[in-house]
Amino acid sequence: MNADMQVAISHLTKRFGQRLVLDDVSLEIDAGQTVALIGPSGAGKSTLLRSINGLNTFDEGEIRVGSHTLLPNRSHHGCPGARQVRRLLGMIFQDFQLFPHLTAIENIMEAPRCVLGLSPADAHQRAMRLLDRVGLGDRAGAYPQELSGGQKQRVAIARAMAMEPRGLLCDEITSALDPELKGEVLAVLEDLKREGLTLILVTHEIGFARRAADRVVVLAEGRIVEDGPPGQVLDEPQMPRTQQFLSQMLI
Amino acid sequence: MVRLPAVALWLALLAPEQPTLAADAPKERQPPLRWAADAEGGAPYICKDPKNPNLYVGFEVDLAAALEKELGRRIEFVQYDFKSLISGLQRGDFDLAMNGIEVTPDRVKAVRFTRPYYVYSLQLVVRTAETRIGSIEDCKRLGATVGTLEDTAAERLLDQEHISKKVYGNQVEPYVDLELGRVDGVLLDLPIASYLARPNPKLKFVGPAIAPGYYAIAFRKNQELLAAQFDAALDRLAQQGKLRQIYEHWHIWNKLQEQLANGEHVDDFLRESGRQWTFDRYFPLLLEGAAMTVWLTFSSMLLAMTLALPIALMRLYGPAPVRLLATVYVEFFRGIPVLLLLYFLYFGLPVIAETYALPVSLKLQPVLAAILGFGLNYAAYQAEIYRTGIASIPVGQWEAGASLGMTRLHIFHRIILPQAIRVILPPSTNDLVALFKDTSIVSIIAVEELTKEYQILAKSSLKYLEIGLVTALLYLLMSVPLGHLSRYLERRWGKGR
Repeated sequence: MNADMQVAISHLTKRFGQRLVLDDVSLEIDAGQTVALIGPSGAGKSTLLRSINGLNTFDEGEIRVGSHTLLPNRSHHGCPGARQVRRLLGMIFQDFQLFPHLTAIENIMEAPRCVLGLSPADAHQRAMRLLDRVGLGDRAGAYPQELSGGQKQRVAIARAMAMEPRGLLCDEITSALDPELKGEVLAVLEDLKREGLTLILVTHEIGFARRAADRVVVLAEGRIVEDGPPGQVLDEPQMPRTQQFLSQMLI
Repeated sequence: MVRLPAVALWLALLAPEQPTLAADAPKERQPPLRWAADAEGGAPYICKDPKNPNLYVGFEVDLAAALEKELGRRIEFVQYDFKSLISGLQRGDFDLAMNGIEVTPDRVKAVRFTRPYYVYSLQLVVRTAETRIGSIEDCKRLGATVGTLEDTAAERLLDQEHISKKVYGNQVEPYVDLELGRVDGVLLDLPIASYLARPNPKLKFVGPAIAPGYYAIAFRKNQELLAAQFDAALDRLAQQGKLRQIYEHWHIWNKLQEQLANGEHVDDFLRESGRQWTFDRYFPLLLEGAAMTVWLTFSSMLLAMTLALPIALMRLYGPAPVRLLATVYVEFFRGIPVLLLLYFLYFGLPVIAETYALPVSLKLQPVLAAILGFGLNYAAYQAEIYRTGIASIPVGQWEAGASLGMTRLHIFHRIILPQAIRVILPPSTNDLVALFKDTSIVSIIAVEELTKEYQILAKSSLKYLEIGLVTALLYLLMSVPLGHLSRYLERRWGKGR
């Protein structure tokens, strides 16, 4: 069960022109783990996350998610491998990317209906359950522009969850939110973690990483510089690059 | 200082005018009158004498000579392009125009016509081997194309009867094309037909003479005095039988000419016919034109929209050669005037089919050519609107759809297009209103939409202002709701953003 959802990244290299964004990155994440990816901006955190979802191409290495493999230099549009990986791992974006022409509940129903072929009634039932779960049962008919940032992000999580993925990739999902709204989104994540979902988070929330993550991976200049439990990496960092980064975060 | 001589001159002119001109004035001292006509291919009216190219012959040359004698004043010929005779007269390039000019209501407003000097009728001519066409009604029924001369009563008759026409700049070419099979018949004034077609064994007259009308000499409005002298002179020539002599010599005399001696005045006849165009007579015709305008607009827009989406998608997502193809389409059709396109589709395609002996004739019906022309033209504009609209949707929306496992087609259809439509809609309805008014240029390929109908009716009735206002009202009645429709659609589709 666990082995079929392992995420295994090996020797991943990605260049933007001359710039090396990911430099021979290898990382294995077991099912049910919550992993926080931290590091200075430009370290390649988001690129790594997007690569796992097939939204980026990469130049060398490979990514395996369960039994599916993403290979280098291949457009993932219409690639069945990428579609399978996306079924296993949903993605949440920093800027929500809700569909503005659809209501909250329609946003959630769209993919189950057209990808899974659910009946409107079943899709509606599933969407309502998820909205209740993220605490937005009363905002089902609201359009995205009528929702606060925190509410939008909770709808986006419900939308990803409607496809019943085994894990979520979260790309700085609280960065665009006011401090008082971050809590409601992080609470939803903790709830999902308890359910056993694999969570891979690119985040700047050091406090949340310490509390909720099983593992913290520090990325700098396209390489993994430190990898371990939060208590070790955040409180007793071994590498000077990690120490430097954390001291900047605390200022 | 200035006033006195002016008043004196007036008095001198008013009082003894008639006797002065008739008797006392030394005839040789008056400057010759300048008479304009078009001698290019102008037989039997006026053309160069084949025996002596320095001289002109024709029944109008003989008539001018008779008038010269009657008035005791020299008349000098000036070569002038037929189409510009009326404007040239008004500009003062010459004194009179006599060149088979048909008396029509719009011309009566512009110039002072003398009494008529010839009663013309229109004669349909077909090829000798022709069996299907025996009358102008047959042409209409069979959808035959009839050649004629530009801006003549014959052309107007063809327009009124909705007969497909081919219009020429001179009177020789239509008969040449008829022989070659490019047109099915030629409708022109009887004198022309008599001279150019009757001697030709390959051509024959069919049907009765149609819609008689008058030729008269045109003067400027302020030349009342001179025109009155010509009226009198023409009357004398008719009474003396001189006109009959001339016309018999040119083989253009017929029974119709006998009414010339009756002294009927053209203006009265025309004003009477103008009065007959009452509101309930012309309004249904305008409505017919309006219906054609609406049909053209919506059919063309539908075609444009259908073509535009694939073109926009080719430009956005196609491989390089496909993208280039779509770009060439857009640049080409956006870059050429729609007028030129209409001409090409209507007149050019049949020529190509004929030249290269294609198995199809490519002779498009006028309405089809119009819809095709506007459709192709507006598709270029629409494609650009679609392209920019679709491109304006953030790439994050594609990624969000992709991360949910949706296919590209699905994302486009369910996520991108509904959002792009809001961006596309306002400029598209703008295009629709523009197209609605642009359709007025299709009259050049003989489609009778609202503007063309107005032109025909106004020229026939002289009610330029009245019918013009009704026409404008009809346009507004149609375009204002279009604007409302677009705002309604924007509100409806604009929700949720």
